[in-house]
Amino acid sequence: MGLSGKDLIGLRDITAEEIKLILDTAGPMKEIIARKIKKVPTLRGRTVITVFYEASTRTRTSFELAAKYLSADTVGLAAATSSVSKGESLKDTARNIAAMGADVVVLRHPMSGAAELLARSLNVSVINAGDGAHEHPTQALLDMYTVREKKGRLDGLKVAIIGDILHSRVARSDIWGYTIMGSEVRLAGPSTLIPAGIEKLGVRVCRTVEEAIEGADVVNVLRIQMERQQQGLFPGLREYSRMFGISPERLSLAAPGALVMHPGPINRGVEMSSEVADGLQSVICEQVTNGVAVRMALLYLLIGGSEQK
Amino acid sequence: MAKLKAQLLDQEGIRRSLTRIAHEIIERNKGTDNLALVGIRRRGAPLAERLAGRIREIEGRAVPVGILDITLYRDDLTTLAHQPLVRSTDVPFPVSGRTVVLVDDVIYTGRTIRAALGALIDLGRPQVIQLAVLIDRGHRELPIRADYVGKNVPTSRKEAVSVRLQEIDGEERVVIMELD
Amino acid sequence: MKLLIKGGTVIDPVAGKINKKDILIVDGRISGSGHNLSRSGAEVLDAKGKLVVPGLIDMHVHLREPGFEAKETIFTGTRAAARGGFTSVACMPNTNPVADNAAVVSSVIKRAHETGVVRVYPIGAISRGSIGEELAEIGDMKESGAVAFSDDGMPVMSSGLMRRAMQYARMLGVTLISHCEDKNLSSGGSMHEGLVSTILGLKGIPASAEEVMVSRDIILAEDTGCRVHIAHVSTAGSVRLVRQAKSRGVGITAEVSPHHFTLTDEAVMGYGACTKVNPPLRSDRDLEAVKEGLADGTIDVIATDHAPHTVEEKDVEYDLAPFGISGLETAVGLVWTELVATGVLTPLQAITKMTLNPARVLGIPGGTLEAGADADITIIDPELSWEVDPKLFASKGRNTPFTGRLLKGLPWVTIVGGRVVMKDCKVDI
Repeated sequence: MGLSGKDLIGLRDITAEEIKLILDTAGPMKEIIARKIKKVPTLRGRTVITVFYEASTRTRTSFELAAKYLSADTVGLAAATSSVSKGESLKDTARNIAAMGADVVVLRHPMSGAAELLARSLNVSVINAGDGAHEHPTQALLDMYTVREKKGRLDGLKVAIIGDILHSRVARSDIWGYTIMGSEVRLAGPSTLIPAGIEKLGVRVCRTVEEAIEGADVVNVLRIQMERQQQGLFPGLREYSRMFGISPERLSLAAPGALVMHPGPINRGVEMSSEVADGLQSVICEQVTNGVAVRMALLYLLIGGSEQK
Repeated sequence: MAKLKAQLLDQEGIRRSLTRIAHEIIERNKGTDNLALVGIRRRGAPLAERLAGRIREIEGRAVPVGILDITLYRDDLTTLAHQPLVRSTDVPFPVSGRTVVLVDDVIYTGRTIRAALGALIDLGRPQVIQLAVLIDRGHRELPIRADYVGKNVPTSRKEAVSVRLQEIDGEERVVIMELD
Repeated sequence: MKLLIKGGTVIDPVAGKINKKDILIVDGRISGSGHNLSRSGAEVLDAKGKLVVPGLIDMHVHLREPGFEAKETIFTGTRAAARGGFTSVACMPNTNPVADNAAVVSSVIKRAHETGVVRVYPIGAISRGSIGEELAEIGDMKESGAVAFSDDGMPVMSSGLMRRAMQYARMLGVTLISHCEDKNLSSGGSMHEGLVSTILGLKGIPASAEEVMVSRDIILAEDTGCRVHIAHVSTAGSVRLVRQAKSRGVGITAEVSPHHFTLTDEAVMGYGACTKVNPPLRSDRDLEAVKEGLADGTIDVIATDHAPHTVEEKDVEYDLAPFGISGLETAVGLVWTELVATGVLTPLQAITKMTLNPARVLGIPGGTLEAGADADITIIDPELSWEVDPKLFASKGRNTPFTGRLLKGLPWVTIVGGRVVMKDCKVDI
């Protein structure tokens, strides 16, 4: 039993069995996080390098903690965004990493496909921590872990994803993951931020946010980037908040006990009100804890076992 | 495929061994004060439950039982062809200051017990750790020995000892298998 | 100096005929054709089982010289052309400096004479620096040998400038080649907008970005009476617009590149940057429409849009890679495999779109095998199966999405002005 590939680039090519294995393994990992001594010796002597071309304290810290709880050594490779535009090639970065002898490379990059490019040029495992608007598989895995923990299943659940789908790697990974696990996914957001042909992925594109939330078991709200307004993709935050913001009234359309989720950081008062973000149905903080557990599971499954993968 | 060579214990044999071990634990520890049992997954877990049941019958007092998954503590992860599943550790009581009896089905090289000691100590600081096993088949590779043994069985390295328990395997016996 | 091409199947687009006959070349010109021509004193090429066609003309290539010699030079680019069966190429002006004045045009012609092995016809820029602000000196460049004008690589965004360029070009009797792309719709995009761009999270270039400009240029062509050629048509909508315009009698022609009738956006899966090209690889529906346009004559010309880049430039994140495919050395194989073998085009139609039609659009010689014409001849082995291996390219540009693909049909001999410049894939013999 194990994962079939050496890398985790996205959830598009993963099986339901593999997702289940990761989520099942994350359970025992969460128990470790709850201990006073949060450390097991599993990955002693292994090295995890985090390479972040985009600032993301939360994801980076989550991966580093996951590695440390499993006794791996972690090194952060500071890769400023500017060096990308300067044309310092990702291939060169890859060569350096290979020379340093890492076992896993965790990559965050502003451009879609960067993780795949890196994985192709390295023999060691690559975990995609978000590449452009492509995928952010560990976020989707922690989302699914959180939902399964609360609801006991994923199959047959109704999941609404609200916001800027076009630029969201989280949305894409969530769509792949949830549909593979048998959930029904609905999308809502400004039509200028719904990417072409997405309905062909087996999701329902709703015209209004109400239609998407109606009867939903999970309401996953995406962050709206202020720069999208400057790019003219939607008219303004006030209108966005009025048309797509999640208020207690809108949330009341969801199924009783529906979970409110957000990949963070939240623009309070824009994509959701503080009442919703801090309300009883919100599992946003648990998502963060579960993120560490899911990443521990993934590190164990990728490099905890036999070397001849 | 491995083929059956001999049966070491039947249902009655297992029952008698566990009863004897339960008596020995009580005697050695002068009762059940401060005592806890922790079974090592997988077959140590039901054995720990059974021992706790036996002790309660004898002493009339319940002993807390926990389950330890030692996968993350194994020293052979990189050499195994198949990556073992990680299961949960469930020790719902503080171990610090207690007398903890680790329970497993078979002791062989001692490496599982070494991993279990590591896992247990990460949960706290027990006063004493003891070890109970149903079968000791020899061939130790580490300086570890069991405090309570159901049956000592000399074996060859080409053999495997298989403990079959009702809770997991749907039958109740201990057999010795010849490996190809 | 005599050369006899014996026993081949001769395709003559001017006569519209295909028959088995010999062709005799004397002193760089076609001296005659017929059955069992005398071989006395002539070197003989046995073309039995092969197709003997007028020298192929690629009216859309980027030779990169001057300025980007790491990508390609006139030396390597013309050798790639010869290997691809092309005896003439028209090169785009987006060099450094841009070919927006007579001096650069003249220097390209001079370099081609010095280092090239096939005929090179420069295309001049429409606007100074190809930045779409002021008209370039089109008249001067025409005098110096530029055969057509284009800001290829960059669209002429200003309708006002494009209209004036067309008025001016009409006065001079030259063709404008339009790279149709509305930057307001395409900016930042790396691939076709559709399901695949959505899956990959790459910014899409909608089909409408091309079609809006095709419409505009048709309207302006109709308005000014200028001859306008639409470069690298890639969408169903563009094919439809050109078809409608032609039926109204608008003086418009169009070309398509082999990758646009062979690959769709599906090829971008995996982010291989050799699939990054502008206009992008489109949908199935677009690919089918392009083939229909080729079959019904809406699309006049097959041109490669040969756009070589270095390996380093392409081996990067998809968004950072430059647009372009190295196309000269796979064109004949793709045309034969994808269009002729499948019955989309007859051999005569295919050859016409690679010889006579581009010659007419540019107003250059070629496309004929009549006695007295320059002996520019290509001999194609239509049955030979081969595997694309960019390591064997003469072009410096190894950026092909067709690596490892099996193709049927390969140029065997390329003859320029009576001289064999390529035989059995070897140039400079």
